[in-house]
Amino acid sequence: MARQKLVMVGNGMAGVRTLEELLALAPGEYDITVFGAEPHPNYNRILLSPVLAGEQTLPDIILNDEAWYAEHGIRLLLGRPVTAIDRARRTVTAADGTRVPYDRLLLATGSKPFMLPVPGADLDGVMAFRDIGDVDRMVESAARYRHAVVVGGGLLGLEAANGLLARGMDVAVVHLGETLLDRQLDGEAARLLQHSLESRGLRFHMRAQTAALLGGPHGRVRALRLAGGEELPADLVVMAVGIRPNADLAQACGLHCDRGVVVSDTMQTYDPRIYAVGECVSHRGVAYGLVAPLFEQAKVAANHLAMIGIGRYPGSVTSTKLKVTGIDVFSAGEFAGGEGTEAITLADPAGGVYKKLVLREDRLVGACLYGDTADGAWYFRLIREGRSVAELRDHLMLGEGAVGDAGHAGTDRVAAMADDAEVCGCNGVCKGTIVQAIRAKGLFTVDEVRKHTKASASCGSCTGLVEQILINCVGGAADVKPKSEKPLCGCTEHTHGEVRRAIREHHLVSLGQAMRFMEWRSPDGCATCRPALNYYLISTWPGEAQDDPQSRFVNERMHANIQKDGSYSVVPRMWGGVTNAAELRRIADVADKYAVPMVKVTGGQRIDLLGVRREDLPGVWADLGMPSGHAYGKSLRTVKTCVGSEFCRFGTQDSTAMGIALERALFGMWSPHKVKLAVSGCPRNCAESGIKDVGVIAVESGWEIHVGGNGGIKTEVAQFFAKVATPEEVLEMVGAFLQLYREEGFYLERTSHYLARVGLEHARAAVVDDPANRAELYRRLRFALSFESDPWQARTAPGPVPAEFATLAL
Amino acid sequence: MSETAIPAAHADPASPPPGDAAATAWRVACAVADIPAQGARVVAVAGRPEIAVFRTLDDRVFALVDRCPHKGGPLSAGVVHGHAVTCPLHNWAIGLADGRAREPDEGCARTVPARVEGGMVWLAVETG
Repeated sequence: MARQKLVMVGNGMAGVRTLEELLALAPGEYDITVFGAEPHPNYNRILLSPVLAGEQTLPDIILNDEAWYAEHGIRLLLGRPVTAIDRARRTVTAADGTRVPYDRLLLATGSKPFMLPVPGADLDGVMAFRDIGDVDRMVESAARYRHAVVVGGGLLGLEAANGLLARGMDVAVVHLGETLLDRQLDGEAARLLQHSLESRGLRFHMRAQTAALLGGPHGRVRALRLAGGEELPADLVVMAVGIRPNADLAQACGLHCDRGVVVSDTMQTYDPRIYAVGECVSHRGVAYGLVAPLFEQAKVAANHLAMIGIGRYPGSVTSTKLKVTGIDVFSAGEFAGGEGTEAITLADPAGGVYKKLVLREDRLVGACLYGDTADGAWYFRLIREGRSVAELRDHLMLGEGAVGDAGHAGTDRVAAMADDAEVCGCNGVCKGTIVQAIRAKGLFTVDEVRKHTKASASCGSCTGLVEQILINCVGGAADVKPKSEKPLCGCTEHTHGEVRRAIREHHLVSLGQAMRFMEWRSPDGCATCRPALNYYLISTWPGEAQDDPQSRFVNERMHANIQKDGSYSVVPRMWGGVTNAAELRRIADVADKYAVPMVKVTGGQRIDLLGVRREDLPGVWADLGMPSGHAYGKSLRTVKTCVGSEFCRFGTQDSTAMGIALERALFGMWSPHKVKLAVSGCPRNCAESGIKDVGVIAVESGWEIHVGGNGGIKTEVAQFFAKVATPEEVLEMVGAFLQLYREEGFYLERTSHYLARVGLEHARAAVVDDPANRAELYRRLRFALSFESDPWQARTAPGPVPAEFATLAL
Repeated sequence: MSETAIPAAHADPASPPPGDAAATAWRVACAVADIPAQGARVVAVAGRPEIAVFRTLDDRVFALVDRCPHKGGPLSAGVVHGHAVTCPLHNWAIGLADGRAREPDEGCARTVPARVEGGMVWLAVETG
């Protein structure tokens, strides 16, 4: 069967991104033809401002060179604006007469700059700031003329003005509104911005209306006359008063349009064969002019073009950043405030810093930052996640560093970082390397940066920094999303939440079934999605779903922890950290018999045998005669205890016995990520309960339970959860909380991250405040655990060494 | 399963497979059934680096020297998906057919010729 023909009209960022997404999903599905009005391949339009300012050059901002089109078999017709679409015959015709038939048509015609209809608007030297041609003409003018006037004090106008100033021109800005950037900033921040731009040499005419452009003897503009009569000398006039969706073609062929081409949530126009994305589109009455929403649209359109048919575009929350070097402005969401909102502001006019955060009830809904935008990414994330910030409220204004969310407090001023400053400590990646990769490879997501540079690929604690660098480099185009909104991996469109829900609601019990049902793109997934799916299946349907060892990370397959040289470490379980002479003797004998290179005491009150060979593992376990410590799993690790009232003169309860009871009750529990517990016998807290996933602290009248602590990558203090009187209640309360986490947590999400996502209140409501639900959760946990046994003992049965441990000899 | 017939002469250890260096010979490593689907086994050859033999979901068999081109991790311990394996140490994905690291990583693991006949896995191992 002949391949279907896909024709794309418009060769800009939204359209080409759609093609990229489509090629990733369904390579070879279509014969693709692209019409571009400009003579250039796809470039990053957002970076025209740095090009104008002389900070970057055209080759720097090309996203897809012509070789890319060739490589993917795309017929690229540059410099050929399309003039007509014949929907009955399904053809498009370009200005030069080229006519191409289509089966599906993708409109990505972008937008047109709005030109003020004033006398003289057609004079030489009057232009918009929209494409490479405009930049070329502006650069040329800057070399020959002196006076420039920019009409419009919005993002684009200010970037144009700044660029022309940098090119040595004398620049005035004419702005109709009261304040600059009136769609992005509130009055306070705008005044600071104006002051700062004035000190650089820009002149502003506010509340000023352009009446006419006056021509000189050679037909070139010579001045701009304001409504008040004042004349401003002008050899160059740049109109930056807004853009209009370019829907001319769509309109001419009878497609329904309002501000732009009207599309549904599937990015389809009223003609189902015709899709539209980008700035030419009107979706639910909104036309977007920023790139991040356009990329989201591209994803959805590609999904439907690839015949997968499950994506929906629900609209976007947007953020903006002004790309004027040395001036930091950021705004997102409902920064202007309004009904039912309250604002927290910080203003330091002398220091040039202004911050305004807008809250509705307990949620952050808008932010406007001037002078210090380092926390912009963080605020944007909070806005998008829409989670309660009640607990952070006191520190919200002070930024991410102040809530201890970065592990790099004081160094998160990305813009000020030197190029050789290290961003990712695990992989030794410097800021310069990251910036270079973002620019050279055209990266827009943290995942892409991670793949190309390894920054944030290991412990992930620098993810926030990488996000900020990305935002600084590509502005609003940065695709920064929380885990809850991202697809699980490249094999699927679905998020972790959607996958969990589908497994539960449709009673999916095997990997193959789940992948087929959710239309996985690859036959057997990848190393990212398979372990996650396997966990979701066995935790949702214990006893029914078949555990798949081949879909587990090697540690959980070998029941030992792989080391850099391919050997393994073995940590036998010591209940509550308590051992005895016989166990220690056996450990010593094993260390001798198998020539274990290192024996080490762990932080979890156990003993680690490091450097054990794969073939020796079953023998080591048999000789130890102790249960698995699960030190290798996304599972219950250790329950650390202090000696408690049995020996300690301060102890109020028997913390050791409590810890052992917990550890025995939870033995064999698989979870989204590792789970560590501690029980302390008094508030002196020798077992460090404050930094555990669950920390239990004995007090005279009972037990306090704290949850969501973390002593790892980023130290997180556990939050008070509940207080109970008896050990039985501790078991039920802790078990129910962990079951909730097991059922709702995303794979590789620690309890602290899980709670940050769903809110401590949610967990309290489900566990502490609802005794019936708590009992039910605990019952489900015990049911799941009834299927678990000691994995070591199961592999030390007499007979030949199990295949996974044995080496074949030739 | 790729049931490529091996000329009888090549089943003889003394006779080299065509196109390979003279110092290699086809040897039976194990039965296909000895390798778990989407899994691997390790084959030791005296005096040579260990070989990882993989069996994919679609029952193809591939072999690589058991060393990731990145930091030498044991590829045999990785997760097998499609015709690739992800190294357990730092998540490099290595193509099973050509040994090449998936982009943007760069590097190549050594491939070992492997074929299946009558349910047995044959490897062309170096003998010199």
